[in-house]
Order: sequence, then C-alpha cells, then structure tokens
Amino acid sequence: METTVVGKGLPKFDAYTKAKGNIAYADDFSLPGMLYAKVLRSKYPAAKIISINTARAELLPGVHTVMTSKDVPHNNLRAKFGQSTDIGPNFEGLYRVLAEEKVRFLGEAIALVAADSEKIAEEALTLIDVIYEQLPGVFDPIEALKPDAYLVGDNDTNLVSQFKIRQGDVATAFESADVIVENTYRVPFKDHAFLEPEAGVAWVDENGIITIRVCTQVIEHFRTVAEVLGIPHNHVRVIGTWVGGGFGGKEDISVESFLALLAWKTKQPVKLTYTREESFLAHSKRHPFVMKYKTGATKDGMLVALEAELIADAGAYTYLSPWVLLYATVNAAGPYNIPHVKVDTVAVLTNNPFSSAYRGFGAVQPNFAYESQMDELARILDLDPLTIRLKNCLRQGDTLTTGADFGGSVAVQEVAEKAWQALGPKRADPGKHIKLGRGLAVGMMSYGRLTFLHDTSRSYIKLELDGSVLMRSGIPDLGAGQAQALVQIAAEELGVPLEKIKIFTSDTSLTPLAGTSTATRQLYMSGNATLKAAREVKERLIDKASVMLNADKTDLKFVNEKILRISEPDKYLALSAVIGQCSTDGDELYSEAQFNAPFTEVPVSDVITGQTFADFTFGAYAVEVAVDEETGAVNVERAVTCYDVGKAINPLNVEGQLEGGGVDSIGYALTENFEVEQGYLKSHSLAEYLLPTALDVPDIETILVESGAGIGPYGAKGIGEPACNAMAPAIINAIRDAVGVRITSLPATSEKVLFAMLSQN
Amino acid sequence: MEKRLIKVTINGKLRELFVKSNDLLLNVLRNDLNLMGTKYGCGIGECGACTVLLDGQTVLACLILAVTVDGQEITTIEGMGDPVQLHPLQESFIEHGAVQCGFCTPGMLLAGEALLKENPNPSEEEIREYLRGNLCRCTGYAAIVKAIKSEAKSQSADPGTLSE
Repeated sequence: METTVVGKGLPKFDAYTKAKGNIAYADDFSLPGMLYAKVLRSKYPAAKIISINTARAELLPGVHTVMTSKDVPHNNLRAKFGQSTDIGPNFEGLYRVLAEEKVRFLGEAIALVAADSEKIAEEALTLIDVIYEQLPGVFDPIEALKPDAYLVGDNDTNLVSQFKIRQGDVATAFESADVIVENTYRVPFKDHAFLEPEAGVAWVDENGIITIRVCTQVIEHFRTVAEVLGIPHNHVRVIGTWVGGGFGGKEDISVESFLALLAWKTKQPVKLTYTREESFLAHSKRHPFVMKYKTGATKDGMLVALEAELIADAGAYTYLSPWVLLYATVNAAGPYNIPHVKVDTVAVLTNNPFSSAYRGFGAVQPNFAYESQMDELARILDLDPLTIRLKNCLRQGDTLTTGADFGGSVAVQEVAEKAWQALGPKRADPGKHIKLGRGLAVGMMSYGRLTFLHDTSRSYIKLELDGSVLMRSGIPDLGAGQAQALVQIAAEELGVPLEKIKIFTSDTSLTPLAGTSTATRQLYMSGNATLKAAREVKERLIDKASVMLNADKTDLKFVNEKILRISEPDKYLALSAVIGQCSTDGDELYSEAQFNAPFTEVPVSDVITGQTFADFTFGAYAVEVAVDEETGAVNVERAVTCYDVGKAINPLNVEGQLEGGGVDSIGYALTENFEVEQGYLKSHSLAEYLLPTALDVPDIETILVESGAGIGPYGAKGIGEPACNAMAPAIINAIRDAVGVRITSLPATSEKVLFAMLSQN
Repeated sequence: MEKRLIKVTINGKLRELFVKSNDLLLNVLRNDLNLMGTKYGCGIGECGACTVLLDGQTVLACLILAVTVDGQEITTIEGMGDPVQLHPLQESFIEHGAVQCGFCTPGMLLAGEALLKENPNPSEEEIREYLRGNLCRCTGYAAIVKAIKSEAKSQSADPGTLSE
C-alpha cells in the first residue's frame, strides 16, 4: 500500500518543545500552597516492625501530616497491574502501600510526611521512631525454595509461580544427539536508570476529585489509587506527563498512592520527587535469572533437543513476576525448530529489591542463554555462527514450542544473514595484546500483551470546521514517538498536514483510555485504534463528498486537504467544504474507536500450550569486539542490527529504538551490575552503577526489513522491547571468538574476562 | 542562614539575586528563577542533565554553589537560540531524531554548543569524548553524535550560520 506520511522519518512534534527545554516534566510543575512529601524507608531488608512512633515528627513546625499503614484505608490490595480483566490469583500480586508488621526489602516505604518544605519533611523523617527486630531473611532464590527457608511474605511458600513447556521426549532425544552442550548462565539485577527520577504533584480539585499529575507508563493506576482510598474510580484522575524515560521502571505504581493519600488528608497540593538514590531503592529491577541449559544436536548441526531450567529472583513482592516468567518460558527455546523441548521455570520471593518489568520483559534473559548455547554448538561442530542458525531457525509455517502458530512473518533467516554479512571482511588484530572477535545472535519477542489479558485501546479523532484535526488518546509518551505515530497515521488517512493535527494525551478523565505504554503495545494497539477511528471519519466524509461531487465512492481520494476524483483529479472539494456540509447536515464529525487484541483464555495448567501472544518480532545483532588481553577490557568496535519491523511508520524513530535498545544491552553485557549483598544495595548511585556513555559505544548500524506482515497498522510490528534482544549474547559470543573464553554470567567486566583468560591458561 | 547578594548574567540578562551560601546553582535556577529546562538527574555530577554554560564552559549546576558564580555569565537551555527561533544545533537535534524522552536534551545541546565553539570541526571520536559526562538512556547516542557532526559541517560550510 502506497503511503505519503506513514513511512517518513519526520521529526516528532514533541521534539521541538523538548529541544527548547520547555516541556513541563512531572517535577517541573508546582501549585500555590503546595506541600512537599518525603518517604521513610526501611533500614533493613528483613525485619519485624515492633512499633512506629510519629509523635515527635508531627510536632515539628511546618509538618502537616505523618501517615503510616494504619492511616491507609485499604493498605493491601490484590493488584491488577493496569489491566481491567479478571485473570485470577495466579497472575495477580499483593500491592501493599506502606509496610505493616514486617519489612521485606531495604527501602520499603514505611511512613509518609507532608511539610511546608522539602527540608522540613526530611527533618521530620529523622524524628519518626521505628523499632525493628531484625529477621534472618533469604537472599538467594534457590535457598528460598528449600522447605525450611525463611518466609518472605505471608504465604507458606516463597514460590511465586512456575511454568512448563513439554514438547516431545527430551530424554530419548538426547541419547540420539551427537553433541550436547551444558552450561549454567546467570544474569544480574538491572536498573532502568531513566534520567528522570519518579515525581508527581497531587491535589483535590474543586469537585473533590483527587488529581495526580505524574510521570508514568500506566495512567490506569488511577483505579488502584481509588481502591486504596476506598472511593469510586471516577473520583481519581491521573494526568500523565511527558515521561523522561521509563523502560518498564515506571510501569508499576510509584508515587501515585503516596501523593493521593497526602493530598486527601491535608486537602492541599503535594509534590513528591525522588532523589536518584531513592529511585534506585524504590522501583523494580530486571529479574536476575539462573538458567541451566542443555542443548543437543546431530553432527551436521541439526538441533534435536533442548532442556532448560530457569529460576528467577522475584525479590520481595510479586509485582509482574508471573508475567515476566511466562514470557521467559515461551521464549526459552528461542526462534528455533527443536523437536524435543522441556522447559521448567520458577519465580521465587527473596528479601532482595523487587523485580518486575524491564524493557525485554523475560525474553532477554533466556536470549543470552540460548544464543550462547548455539555459539558453543557451532564451535564444537566447526560451523560458522550464521550456518548453525540458518540450519535451525524458525521459518514461515513453523510453530512455537507451545504449539501455537506464528502468523505474519518469521524472518529469522533474513535478519541473521543481513546483520552478519554487513560486518564485511575480517580485519587483522590491531595490536599485540588486542584481539578482535565477532559474534552473532538472533532473538524473538512478542509485541502486545499476553492475549489472556484481553487488551483493548481507544482513540478519538475529531474534525474542526476549518479542516484542522483534534485527537485524544490516553497514550503515555515515553519519548519513543508514541504520540507522533498516531498523528502520522491520522495525517495519512485524512490527507491533512501534520501541523494541522493536535493530539491531547494521557489523562484518565479526558482522553479515551489507550492502555499502558508497556509490552511494546502502543503502536500495535493504539495505532490500530487510531486507524479505525480515522477510517470511520473518512467514510462519512467520502459519503458526503460522493454526493457533493456526484462521484462513485471508490473514485475518491484524500490529498492535501482536498477530496478529489481519482478519474478526474481537477474535480475536487476542499476538505473544509465537505466538513462544513457534514456539520450543516448534522453528521458526526468525530469518532472514538476501540481496537481489541485477539483474546484467549487464562492458562489453567502450569504446562503452557497454545497461543499466549498475538505476534512476534524477530531481529539479529552482529558485533565486532576488541578484547585487551592484558586487562580483560572489552570494547564493542562495531555493531550491526537487522530487525523485521513489518512497516516502519517513522523510520527515524524506529532506528532510535534499535540504537537505544542496543546500547542498553551493551550496558547489560559489559558494565551494568546492580549489586545486592544480603539484601543491601552496593550500587547507590550512578557513580557505582555504570551506564554506557557516548565514549563506550559504537555507532549502531541499523538495517530495517519491512515484511509488511505485522498485525499493527499498515503491517507494522512492535520494536521497543525486542530491540534489547541479541546484543548481549552477540557481544559474549564475540569475546569467545576473540580470546577463547566463554563468559556465562553478565556483565562481562574486565576483571571477569581477565580471570577467565588466566584460569584457562 | 544569611543570604548574600550576587550579580549574574543569566541568558544575557543581568540578575541580582540573594542566595544562601549553601544554595546550589541548580536549585537557584529551578526554584528561584523558574528556569526548569535545567534538570535534576542525580545530584552528584554523574549524569549531566543539569549541564549549563558558565562563561561558555560546560559545568554541572548540581555541583556548583550559587555564590561562586558572582559576576559570571550563565547560559541555560532557555538562553539557546531566542524565544521564537531555534538555534541551528537544536534544529539539527530535532531533524536527526536526537531527542527521545528529552530529559538529557538540554544538557546535551549545551555541551554540543560548547564543543563546537572550542572545536568547530570535531571528529566522531572527539564528539563522543566531549559528551562522555552526559548520560542518555534512550538514543544510544548515535543520533546525538550525528546531529552535532552535521551541524559542525554546515557551520564550516557556511560561516554565516555561526550561532550568536
């Protein structure tokens, strides 16, 4: 299908205001008479709360209120995490606003203060007397599964959830394998380190509505806030700001309930902004996994069996762990045809920081493991990394290990070939102790939520009398161009220039709910809803124009604010003239459309079968690294990525997703280690937790494949999260190629690489 | 705490300010002057989101006491270009997709501007070196580096577009 606006790498409209420094992020907004909030957090990872005495804090001049769990009307909820479907207890978790009876992790919120200034609020925190009795806690998920383990929560087990994949008979299949590779892989906690710490302002408006202006990926948490307060859902309004980065870290509720409680109690506006240190303590992390993999192949390189055991550290509260674990389970075998597969996964509570969503959501961890396994197999069998993947990769018509069909396009072969070939001929090693190596990895990940969540999105388009267009969507924009994509779709359909379209976003009371900006779902879901709304409006205009022009409907086309006859292009009407006639005749000049994803049932067995996702995105990374044999330091010299994105609605933004996702995964592979020792953080700040800088990374070369076979608008697939796949294992495989060592735990710091080289010699 | 009077030129305008001796420049800019384009990202000089220009040099507003800038000139993002017109480097960032969430953008732009003043024709390596104190979590830096490189090229091609 020919498009004129869709498919163009146009600058997104919000970039202008952002470049001027004029966007009012969550912390940039204030109200007269506003109070400042602070949160008292647990000093211990595991302790009983004997008593909390707030009397001294309350007496401090300038303090308006101090609140603890007893002041929260509904402190313990079964959290629905932003979705509106009943999915049963296995996929819900406890949402506890403030700690009661015991604390489960270092930094768990215990009390809230609102005061005239931040300084007074901080001082008040020091005057709250908490008497703790320290408890042993448990900090290793494997220990936490033992029968006599310390119990983190209130249940009689630390097990959060477990899933299985059963395909064929692995035991017999391994007997027929010529080679078997077995390894145990480990990945650490990873912090999102979005540059904008959590922040918000709440107030009670003139109609008594609790209004929260906050940076979030999920404005639908307004329902949770209402349930915490015990008031109707429509008494809470969340206004989502432009978000200064999310990556899954602003998916769970953050400051919303705290602010609502304090504003509700004091009847004054309240602001709460986390420091970076508090942000590290307060939000989730990417799940650490221990992954035991056994992969068998014939001597000509055909995979025969894969057995994997994955243990995920859920940390102190469940949050999205069951969902992340399900993603890991479905993705555990990777984009390969393997006749016999056995996968067992568990997520376990510990007294570590809680784990939840992180861009890549359970697909990224096993990707590191299965792609390391493929590389080892290739080496044993003397095959090059591309050949072994082409022999085994999924192709059109193949099925997933759950038995589900892949719709759309399965372009594993194409992306692998293009990325690997783009590296070109090998270079000679640059210096005596610098060794170059190359690595390849492919990856798969779904876009759109788990299909049993029954996901929906709504979008609103209205034509103005002068031919301009007004859009409304609840879509939170995290910086990836979420809103811009919807505007480009409307411009494409209605033949209206981009500058004549204004979109209003992210307000639970005033914009149609578009669902969460998570799960790589917004372009797919809200893009389709917008397309539907635009086409409904367009249909009415065509009806009207066909009468006005006395033309057949199929002979009409929208171009440059005109509706013209395709057969006689000089016969046309100005769009505003058709709108005017519709208005005169009382026709509806707006549409609010809803898009529903395919629905499936909630799994009833822990053996996962059938469809769990609507579609998948496939991609590859090929990298060249330089390893310093004297220090173990690894530098990524080149990185080429190729993804089938279906259709690039805005290629500039798609490239931005690939480049950003790739660099995030360079951090995962080489530097980012959110270290936790017996529940205590060793990474307190960005001085200890090392993000890649501009100097640490190469220019990422991006190759886009456009199969047109996605289920998003115009055949688009989702790219936000899948973009984090493949980079980390490609780097680890390249290190193996350069210096002969197999790194099985991330990150591959220089010490780790150096010690691996020393112990090999 | 006693307040002291300082005179500072901020975005071309001379301002007389009463500041406490322990007030950070970042807080004075944001809270007293309502210049919200300068961002708090870490407070300890690790992220670069609060980068401003002090007499044309990049500094981190979260590490500087306001009293120490008495008599000096500060440029924040609000002083880049003019209220209507974008600075050519801002245009280049927008065109190259160098702005995603936008939170690092003010600091990146000011760092980029300082670099091009010091070194009108930097190599990719020199750009990356200069930006290493400014973290970005969205873009992977590629588009930012390209935007600065492209602006350097157009400046050297046409001296007439040199900023300010």
